[in-house]
Amino acid sequence: MRDEVMNEDVAREDGSGLRFWRGLDELAPGADSSAALDEFADGASEWDDSLGRRRFLQLMGASAALAGLSGCLSGPPDPIVPYVDQPEQVVPGKPLFFATAVPIRGYAEPVLVESHTGRPTKIEGNPAHPASRGATSAQAQAALLDLYDPDRSQTVRFRGGIATWQQFVEAMQAQRARWAATGGAGLRLLTGPVTSPTLAAQLASLLQQFPAARWHVPDPAAPGPAVAVEPRYHFDRARVVLTLDAEVITGQPGSVRYARDLVSRRRVRKGQTAMSRIYAAESTPTLTGALADERLRLRPSEIGPFAEAVAARLGAGEWPAALSPKAQDWAVTVAADLRANRGAAVVVAGETLVPEWHVLVRRLNEALGAIGQTVDYGAPVAVQPPGNGTDLAALVREMTAGRVDTLVMLGVNPVYTAPADLPFAEALGRVETTVHLGSHLDETGFRSVWHVPAAHALETWSDARAYDGTVTLIQPLIAPLYDGRSAHEVLAVLTDGTPTPGYDLVRGFWQRELADRTDFDSFWRQTLRKGFLAGTAASASATTSAESSSVYGRSASSPPGRSMLRPYAGLQPLTSNSEPATLELILRPDPTIGTGEWANNGWLQETPKPLTKLTWDNAALISPSTAKTLGVENEDVVELRYRGQTVEAPVWVLAGQPEGCVTCHLGYGRARAGRAGTGAGFDAYRLRFVDAPWGGPGLEIRKTGKTYALAATNEQWRMHGRDLARSAPISAFIENPDFAHEGEMMELPTLYPGYEYDGYKWGMAIDLTACTGCNACVVACVAENNIPVVGKEEVRRGRHMYWLRIDRYYKGDASDPEEVLHQPVFCQHCENAPCELVCPVNATVHDSEGLNVMIYNRCMGTRYCSNNCPYKVRRFNFLQYTDYDRNDVSALRHNPDVTVRTRGVMEKCTYCVQRISHARIEAKKENRTIRDGEVVTACQGVCPTDAIVFGDMNDRASRVNQLKTEPHNYGLLAELGTRPRTTYLAQITNPNPALRTVQRSAPDEAS
Amino acid sequence: MPTELPPTRHDATPPKPAPGRPLHEPKRYASTTPVAAPGQTYTSVTDTVTGVPLRKHQPWQWLAAFAVGFLLTMVMLTTIVYLLAKGVGIWGVNIPVAWGFAIINFVWWIGIGHAGTFISAMLLLMRQEWRTSINRFAEAMTLFAVACAGMMPLLHPGRPWMAYYLFPYPNSMGLWPQFRSPLVWDVFAVSTYGLISLVFWYVGLVPDLAATRDRLVQQNRGTRAWVYGLFALGWRGSARHWHRYRTVYLILGGLAAPLVISVHSIVGLDFTIAILPGWHSTIFPPYFVAGAIFSGFAMVLTLVIPIRTLYGLEGMITMRHIELMAQVMLVNGLIVGYGYLTEGFMAWYSADTFEQYMMANRMFGPYAHVYWIVIGCNVVVTQSLWFPAVRRNLKVLWVVAILVNVGMWSERYMIVVTSLSRDFLPSSWGSYAGTFWDWSFFLGTLGFFLALVFLFVRFLPMISMAEMRELVHEQGQSPEEKLRAETALDPPGGDGASHPTASPYTHEETAS
Repeated sequence: MRDEVMNEDVAREDGSGLRFWRGLDELAPGADSSAALDEFADGASEWDDSLGRRRFLQLMGASAALAGLSGCLSGPPDPIVPYVDQPEQVVPGKPLFFATAVPIRGYAEPVLVESHTGRPTKIEGNPAHPASRGATSAQAQAALLDLYDPDRSQTVRFRGGIATWQQFVEAMQAQRARWAATGGAGLRLLTGPVTSPTLAAQLASLLQQFPAARWHVPDPAAPGPAVAVEPRYHFDRARVVLTLDAEVITGQPGSVRYARDLVSRRRVRKGQTAMSRIYAAESTPTLTGALADERLRLRPSEIGPFAEAVAARLGAGEWPAALSPKAQDWAVTVAADLRANRGAAVVVAGETLVPEWHVLVRRLNEALGAIGQTVDYGAPVAVQPPGNGTDLAALVREMTAGRVDTLVMLGVNPVYTAPADLPFAEALGRVETTVHLGSHLDETGFRSVWHVPAAHALETWSDARAYDGTVTLIQPLIAPLYDGRSAHEVLAVLTDGTPTPGYDLVRGFWQRELADRTDFDSFWRQTLRKGFLAGTAASASATTSAESSSVYGRSASSPPGRSMLRPYAGLQPLTSNSEPATLELILRPDPTIGTGEWANNGWLQETPKPLTKLTWDNAALISPSTAKTLGVENEDVVELRYRGQTVEAPVWVLAGQPEGCVTCHLGYGRARAGRAGTGAGFDAYRLRFVDAPWGGPGLEIRKTGKTYALAATNEQWRMHGRDLARSAPISAFIENPDFAHEGEMMELPTLYPGYEYDGYKWGMAIDLTACTGCNACVVACVAENNIPVVGKEEVRRGRHMYWLRIDRYYKGDASDPEEVLHQPVFCQHCENAPCELVCPVNATVHDSEGLNVMIYNRCMGTRYCSNNCPYKVRRFNFLQYTDYDRNDVSALRHNPDVTVRTRGVMEKCTYCVQRISHARIEAKKENRTIRDGEVVTACQGVCPTDAIVFGDMNDRASRVNQLKTEPHNYGLLAELGTRPRTTYLAQITNPNPALRTVQRSAPDEAS
Repeated sequence: MPTELPPTRHDATPPKPAPGRPLHEPKRYASTTPVAAPGQTYTSVTDTVTGVPLRKHQPWQWLAAFAVGFLLTMVMLTTIVYLLAKGVGIWGVNIPVAWGFAIINFVWWIGIGHAGTFISAMLLLMRQEWRTSINRFAEAMTLFAVACAGMMPLLHPGRPWMAYYLFPYPNSMGLWPQFRSPLVWDVFAVSTYGLISLVFWYVGLVPDLAATRDRLVQQNRGTRAWVYGLFALGWRGSARHWHRYRTVYLILGGLAAPLVISVHSIVGLDFTIAILPGWHSTIFPPYFVAGAIFSGFAMVLTLVIPIRTLYGLEGMITMRHIELMAQVMLVNGLIVGYGYLTEGFMAWYSADTFEQYMMANRMFGPYAHVYWIVIGCNVVVTQSLWFPAVRRNLKVLWVVAILVNVGMWSERYMIVVTSLSRDFLPSSWGSYAGTFWDWSFFLGTLGFFLALVFLFVRFLPMISMAEMRELVHEQGQSPEEKLRAETALDPPGGDGASHPTASPYTHEETAS
């Protein structure tokens, strides 16, 4: 009935002159409007299928029954076939190692990657490579987790919607036609620092093809002007080192090697008491300052004048107008020490110093005869973009003015990292075609027209240079998990218009480059096997340049002098009593998550930051007395106002922070990082300005009355009079090598005979002098042992799972501590283990080689072992932390040699028992015993300074035994009778006694 | 308040006592106050005691208390289900404080149980006849407290379903529990204790179950009589029965008495064996036993004071009992106070950095308030029990008993949490706070305990009638009555009420 009426309506409307329509379908010509629109058409209620109702129900029933059946089977839905031809070398259970590199800030970190049946599971350093020598940074370790990050971008996107690589290629081909006409005007490229020779060649070719195009490199970690030379240090030749607000141990491209070199001159042993001396004049506390024998706490604005004062004493400048008395004393003493070690002394200028001070420091090094000895100045390793390439402001101006029609951003996130005074996000909206290549659909990718998922370094062919210029090849260990592309592949589309595989691009480049080699094929294979091209380290040719000032970018024209230093003169010297009227803002890359590129990496987020021990957050770091003056304490939220920008941040009081300075770490407050990084911390980029990338004076601070919970793993900074991390100056060690045992209780006699170890007897020694607290071991342990990440809330409750922690203690005053001690603590494998005898079910026992082993299957989780462990190194799965039921890519990351633990089970360091087993099997196959150094624990392997040594204590010649016979070798809490198998070599420092006796005559002398 | 008294009371010979008030003048010293009010007869004892479970309607207070207990029991069950589903992470435990409420509650509940065993076994062996009217109740409390306590170590591990590993059973792994661990000793101590307490309590209950059965038969409540009869194990009250009964009861008393000392000593060793400052202390075993009896008596008082008034049992649980219990509390409170003093002294005397810091941290650290609650409740408040006026003032005494319960729980909190939160390495110091689920579990077990106590009161004779009658016999009868009672050892069947001179061992036997 109703159907007919409606049909009549339509007919009547059709009949009349005025035509009404109810939808676009009806309006469309040709469509059978009445049939398409009318849901009540004739026969609509009939079952119009060859499948009858009865048959349908039969099938439904059968399929339901079969569904139940198939639910019992856990096999894959597709037919599986075992290998017919077993791939060569791939043996299940036997890992393979491939040499490749992890690019960090564009610089190669040479690594060996362990692969189990095609899955990369662990990253180690490349022992042959000069930049690694077997060690890595914490970030390189964590790069593995990024590969398996389930939040990675998985598909090409066009205006937010899912697109294909083919569509992208076609779109770029269309663009190319336009650029060909205009010479590429309006084409802009943004990349991070480029050290890859292949990429550099591709960029050069692109710029050659389209001469009007421009390439910009805005590095958030080094936002200064381009430099024409950069220093490379040889700390292994330096007896005296002065660092000026420089963090050399972590965060730098060469940090792994620098840390090794710095410490190589500090291995104090019995009869080997020569030791380098490190001075650090710095603002916010760094690990370099913690390692230093003498640390001078300065506000950032005082660093330059201090350098000037040192220079003046060395005859390389004038004495500065204003400097605090303490800094003056320091300058005099340090300058004397530097001068006395001419040729073996070096001054290091931090990245955050303005170029003028770099020039001054270079003059200082020249005056010290350091150039060519302890430092080389050479052309930068990163390829410098032509013109004003580092000037992001110029680019934003162009974008705002509409002169940019295509912006290609390769592996960068400028929407997030652009300074607060550059409206980058807004300007991005004015660019017609924006292309973003990124691992995540991050802040920039989200706003871009095209987003291409970036392949991870372990999925791509590429190359990069290490800090010293050595060309390091990057080879994939696994096919891209998603539709990821490398920067080479994207650039190839722009330059050639056709997609080319990364392998062809990289290999092709080197084939052209090494055209004179006849044996290229075998050479290429050898190089890949080794991981790098030997002999490609940058030359130090520029070091002889006498015109030191000419090499520093924009300051090239005028030599440094008083005029240049004026902005820093006239500052009130900081005295201990007067609180500065305004505060000084210090911005720094975060020690774990960098400038934000690692924000979604759970391993790094949960790694306690070296000095603050915070996890999952950044904070406004202030000194204890500034906190008192401001009336704030930890976790109070303050409002930071800097040049009109405000940010709310929680306060964390940090020992050694200069008075009146607030340090904020960049990299947090990400809006689109992923489930780990989004929303963690606050965004300090909002306080960053183009002309003040590292902060400056004029910060206002206001209490808000709010609080914000922070998760720190260690809130104590003192040892409470306990003799835990022992230390002494070198003079005391020479006088009494047994100083570490003074006041120690004698080991009490026992009626029971000790256990006789007739095979191996494993043990470990840790040199506290060598430990820099860089966290590489912490992350390596996490990666090796399948340790779960538990998240901020659980860390706050004290349930972090990391087996290895670095205890940090200060000596001296809280506001200006004399010494910082790092003590890596993990299971000590006590011979007389308190945990073992309290376990009611024998779940933790001693094995025949001295290891305190944990039997997960037997553990019922009474947790008594943890209560009775004086070192508190046991970790408990309070909840099901390892989500092993999760059906996503993150399950692939697990090391198959290590059990994944279930909830309710205790776990702890095993001395990497799986590695011991592996070595034992290899040794047995060859009918021999395990050689010294054959078992390398995960923490030991990555340590840049070789602070951790593991081995057989039954082998008299083993390295671990040598260390254990050192006079300053001691057991932590040995007085409890635990007889720990891990022992420590007390920290030896080399302070300058002159700094404690110097008189205030210095300024007069100087003037 | 029972304005309406149990119906069978009207048959009782002695004058009706004024409700809510003790029968005697509370001026006299405790030692001379009778342990059974004058005027009690065999019949009145049976009437009063069986009257409670046999009354048709329980007072509203019973219902209210049981409802609270039942609801909290449901909270407990909810918590247990959630705990098993999620893991112990729902609690506040962490590293370093890996033990929390579960262990605190365990020690507390076990301690509470000790009063029952102490009263029934120790005092039985010491022939303290005043125990008679409270021993059944105290034993029941022991049992329920052990039930609550036993749950704690079973649910506190990370994998409770593996708890059978704790028992030495033959297995394919060829593995026994680790006998060096005090937690294994605990398993034996607590399971023995639970078993002995149950048997002791049940054996003592047999004659009274028979008496209740007989009363039910008289009242023509057949089904219930059958149920009680089942549990009375065919008790007929023959001399042989009594002989066997007395022998078994004494043996069980002898077995239970050492448990008063051993169980809590072993619970103390749970801590002492560890090397942790604050746990590693030789004083723990005696100090834990005293603490257990201390808190146990406090709990008996907490429950008895309202219940005796509610059911009009002042004639049987007299002020003498109350006063004596208060005195036991005072003595044990002093021992516990001495324990605190010794811990402090030893910390100083040991010259051990860690011990000294532990003590300073207890007193002035982040958990200082717990320490001062402990001192306040267990040492300061207890001193009020020196005064007879306090001991005889039911309201004040009840408050003191509650405070002692709070103090003893806090003491266990102090021992477990404060010691663990700051041990050897300052770098791994932490803090602890109970979560919602910690509290819900604790309150849940309180409710479970309460529900069990009120179910016990509702269904079982809460005072040992057999022993009460014996007591009445011994203290309240004239010489000729005594003589008649002694000669008429096995009178013909019939209700004791019609034979006021019957033997105390006599039972209302019916031909069945």
